[in-house]
Amino acid sequence: MAQSNGQSNGKGYQAGVKNYADNYWTPDYVPLDTDLLACFKVVAQEGVPREEAAAAVAAESSTGTWTTVWTDLLTDLDYYKGRAYRIEPVKGDPSGAFFAFVAYPMDLFEEGSVVNVLTSLVGNVFGFKALRSLRLEDIRFPVAYVKTCGGPPNGIQVERDRLGKYGRPLLGCTIKPKLGLSAKNYGRAVYECLRGGLDFTKDDENINSQPFMRWNHRFEFVMEAVHKATAETGEKKGHYLNVTSATPEEMYKRAEFAKSLGAPIIMHDFFTAGFTANTGLANWCRENGMLLHIHRAMHAVVDRNPMHGIHFRVLTKCLRLSGGDHLHSGTVVGKLEGDREATLGWIDLMREAFVPENRKRGIFFDQDWASMPGVMPVASGGIHVWHMPALVAIFGDDACLQFGGGTLGHPWGNASGAHANRVALEACVEARNQGRQVEREGREILTEAARHSPELAIAMETWKEIKFEFDTVDKITA
Amino acid sequence: MQVQPYGPTPRHVETFSYLPPMTPERLRQQITYLIESGWSPAIEHTEPEKSMSNFWYLWGLPFFGERSVDRVLAELDACHRANPGHHVRLLGYDNFQQSQGTAFIVHRAGSR
Repeated sequence: MAQSNGQSNGKGYQAGVKNYADNYWTPDYVPLDTDLLACFKVVAQEGVPREEAAAAVAAESSTGTWTTVWTDLLTDLDYYKGRAYRIEPVKGDPSGAFFAFVAYPMDLFEEGSVVNVLTSLVGNVFGFKALRSLRLEDIRFPVAYVKTCGGPPNGIQVERDRLGKYGRPLLGCTIKPKLGLSAKNYGRAVYECLRGGLDFTKDDENINSQPFMRWNHRFEFVMEAVHKATAETGEKKGHYLNVTSATPEEMYKRAEFAKSLGAPIIMHDFFTAGFTANTGLANWCRENGMLLHIHRAMHAVVDRNPMHGIHFRVLTKCLRLSGGDHLHSGTVVGKLEGDREATLGWIDLMREAFVPENRKRGIFFDQDWASMPGVMPVASGGIHVWHMPALVAIFGDDACLQFGGGTLGHPWGNASGAHANRVALEACVEARNQGRQVEREGREILTEAARHSPELAIAMETWKEIKFEFDTVDKITA
Repeated sequence: MQVQPYGPTPRHVETFSYLPPMTPERLRQQITYLIESGWSPAIEHTEPEKSMSNFWYLWGLPFFGERSVDRVLAELDACHRANPGHHVRLLGYDNFQQSQGTAFIVHRAGSR
């Protein structure tokens, strides 16, 4: 295989190609606290030694190219190069996959730019011919780098203080049908959910500004619903107004309008819109006292294949650095993919100040967040009242549980659906605080609560048979 | 078709306000949880029409280091007797998170 480093060992410039491993495989290297570390899952083409493949990944994601060039000698490549420093087999994998650990000096990356980090780490190297497949499993961001990023505009604690909601998860609902409602009818659905007992409602991700409902009309009707429900219930309410747009200029215009209407929270789709747009919007939210809910459309395109792509825990870390107060995490129990241990791993990465290495949860490195605020995980997708005990047990208090169909599908309508979910939530929280095993005793807890709530009783009857039991595609292999 | 009556939207006061009013036994269990979580109990009260404010009236200072459920119950009762027309709520200050671990209404104005 080819490699790039024209480092001459005092012998002058020699054109040509050398093995990547000669310069980029450094098994004796002890990573520095200031290094950015990455773990890749690699499957090399037949005949390519592991060390060579790992070194190629390190080279192609840092200073290397396929051949020696004379300009290599104008800099200190030993300082700037990425180093493959460890290889581990992937347990129980028949395809010959292995984990390659690479250390990058921090100076390879622009401060405060997850865009720049990703461009390097998941750029050219993912199309490299000598590799059959490649997956970025984890990144350790050094504290010094974390401190250059803005992070969540508000964080969990500030969100709770703003909303005056403590000691329980928050409750939300995505308004359905996803597409096609007029602004006024949409506002009606929002109002019913919020007056029934939810904290938040949400624009579905594909609601931007279509001919059937232009964004400014939606914002006006929805905010009337939010203000009315707040005044009537005496509890603070919000609706995630989706400001994701075709251009940053339009995005900021919509954010400003949301602010002018008194909206407490707006929403952005970070992956389809991109990290540049997201980081800019997070900065705007920080300056304007606005909560920022983050949707993750497109994530499964890159994170679901266990052999190729980017693991969601990496996207989670990048989003926390880029900025967002909420991020969808999966539910474990609902309709969408999500292994329990892996999910607990990336929930920790969203919320905790320090997350230690934990291979059972797929976490390859200690990650110190250096007092960066936490992101509230959002559990959404095919969940209903019967899932409530498990959701409270899995997520604890600092999460937003979102029941779309599980609110709007209630036989008596949105307000009753919202009421049922709120009763179920509070019953599970109370039971947990009493020391009961909410997952194991879920049926009894809900049944007791339903004696005081006909809304909950009919919801339990409606969804008693619905399960989503499929095997997880992406299993922990670490 | 069975429908729910569509009357005025009922007012609520956050956590546990969708459950039946706390019985003495249930209240005891929640205070125990608050203390066992390492939080400092504190009591706030307000006129119902001002309940949307972030700042209710503090009933003395938070009870730092308090381990007695009975003492907390007695203070809740004293606050309620001194302010019969007010909402009274119990909070647990979490100095580690610099936030409140829990907060819920104990005496709701007009209900008991």
